[in-house]
Amino acid sequence: MRSRTRENLAGWLFVAPVVAILGLFLLLPILMALWVSLTGWNGQGSPFRAGVPFVGGDNYARLFTEDGLARENFMTSLRNNVYYVAAVVPLQTALALFLALVVNRRRAFFRTAFYFPSVTSSVAISVVFLFIFSNSGAVNQLLALAGVRGPQWFSDPRGVIQLLIGEPPAALTEHGLLGLTWWDWLAGPSVAMCAIIVLVVWTTSGTFMLMFLAALQNIPKALDEAAMLDGATRWQRFRRVTLPMLKPTMFLVLTLGLIGTWQVFDQIYVMSQGDPAKTTLTPAFLSYRTAFRDFDYGAGTAISFVLFLIIVVLTLVQRWVMRERKA
Amino acid sequence: MKAMRGILLAVFSVVFVYPFVIQVANSFKTDPDAAANPLSPIPHPATLSAFERVFLGTDMPVWLANSLLVTVVVTLGRVLLDSMAGYALARLRFRGRSGLFAAVIAVMAVPGVVLFIPKFLVLNQLGMYDSYLALILPLVADATGVFIMKQFFESIPGSVEEAARIDGAGPFRVFWSVVLPMSRPALITLTILSFQGSWNEFPHTLVAVQDPALFTLPRGLADLVSGSLGGGTQFPLKLAAALLATVPVAVIFVVFQRHFIRDPNQGAEKG
Repeated sequence: MRSRTRENLAGWLFVAPVVAILGLFLLLPILMALWVSLTGWNGQGSPFRAGVPFVGGDNYARLFTEDGLARENFMTSLRNNVYYVAAVVPLQTALALFLALVVNRRRAFFRTAFYFPSVTSSVAISVVFLFIFSNSGAVNQLLALAGVRGPQWFSDPRGVIQLLIGEPPAALTEHGLLGLTWWDWLAGPSVAMCAIIVLVVWTTSGTFMLMFLAALQNIPKALDEAAMLDGATRWQRFRRVTLPMLKPTMFLVLTLGLIGTWQVFDQIYVMSQGDPAKTTLTPAFLSYRTAFRDFDYGAGTAISFVLFLIIVVLTLVQRWVMRERKA
Repeated sequence: MKAMRGILLAVFSVVFVYPFVIQVANSFKTDPDAAANPLSPIPHPATLSAFERVFLGTDMPVWLANSLLVTVVVTLGRVLLDSMAGYALARLRFRGRSGLFAAVIAVMAVPGVVLFIPKFLVLNQLGMYDSYLALILPLVADATGVFIMKQFFESIPGSVEEAARIDGAGPFRVFWSVVLPMSRPALITLTILSFQGSWNEFPHTLVAVQDPALFTLPRGLADLVSGSLGGGTQFPLKLAAALLATVPVAVIFVVFQRHFIRDPNQGAEKG
């Protein structure tokens, strides 16, 4: 009995520092923020003072139901992030798989080269890409070689779908949904957002490539050889043998991508600050801006919680499906 | 088919490596040269003026010192605290252990970006905002590190510890003089991950400090680009500053490559 008490005590002593830090800077903050999202606190003094107005669900209502700047910004940020997710997730997954297939069983140099962008500072990489995509930068010079006049990447708010179609039909600009016109919803990611998409796909593909590589190495060689003996072509072997074996990893990469892309922040902060014309505004950056620049902490935290909810739902879906697979 | 593969590898190597070549080359160029020939890998003329301006004209020395301090303390803290917690979760039988482990797993899923304002609220409420404490303390333990260490401790045989315990050593003694010396590979991995994570950490500094004297390198760099020197000028200077942020991690990466590339399926699938 005594040794059990002692082990109990030792156990809690060992975990105490981590529990204290995670509790203090992770759990407690979430609870405090939940409270702040229900108030009109402006950053002055403590949010728990008596004078801070309690507004209930108003901050959330402003994001979804009340016509105004808060909703317009929030819906714009959701639109931007949806386009961003829709572009980044498929592109990085495809590129990662492609790189893994090309690199498989090759020299470590290539693995290192493709993975290196993932480990470097996101801020530093963003600075490099600001230069590469600047008006007379590397990308535009390459485009010029091909006879194309490159855009002013970070000051071009036009959506790519808009660029393809040209002038919008009046029906789309006159009506709308949730504070944005149909045309606003449908114009596509802006040119500026495309530059950020390129950067992110370039940085993250290496990480996911490693996951595909690990999975590829787990596929028994005999399987491929059996298919080869049966006369399957290279493409058939890939389509019917390799790809089905990669399915769990594919799912993992897709869901990690979905979860990660809703959290884009550093690149936006460094490269565009949500500009031009709010076309690179994302919920994560908007929540930061609303709280720390506009001092509207209530709305800022409310945006955080909505974003939290989106990510939690995606995470739960991932864990649920992965569990099914393991069973 | 083989030639095709070789060409693809070559093309993608250029795509992935050349941005770094551009970064290095242009940080040694003059402003007009960088503007006129951004693609050229050779500075003409080569100059150190960008680095001079970074060190003399910005707070770079302060940022470097702060980054170094934060990185060293956070790395030491994480290695010690995460392995202690990981060890307890793997080996010590105490009430609430499984609940605690479930909590660690749950915490790993909490996205950092939704914690910006909440973290600021706590730091503000505790009177820590705008101090080294705010910059460091919230980072000195992390759930992922605990998870990695727990997985590792479960993978090593318990017989040696058993022997030490029979000899009358208490849990802390067993941990410190028996278990830790056996754990070199995991400790190296954790050290590298913590170093890389805290050296690159950016958003936390946004909500922890506002005094420029407390800026770390990523924060100073972001400030340099989006604030005082925004717009399309002085790229060699910005690239030189970015290079200083990239080099330490690059060196560590090259030296300890195999520790970076651990099986990424592990963490996610067991969660």
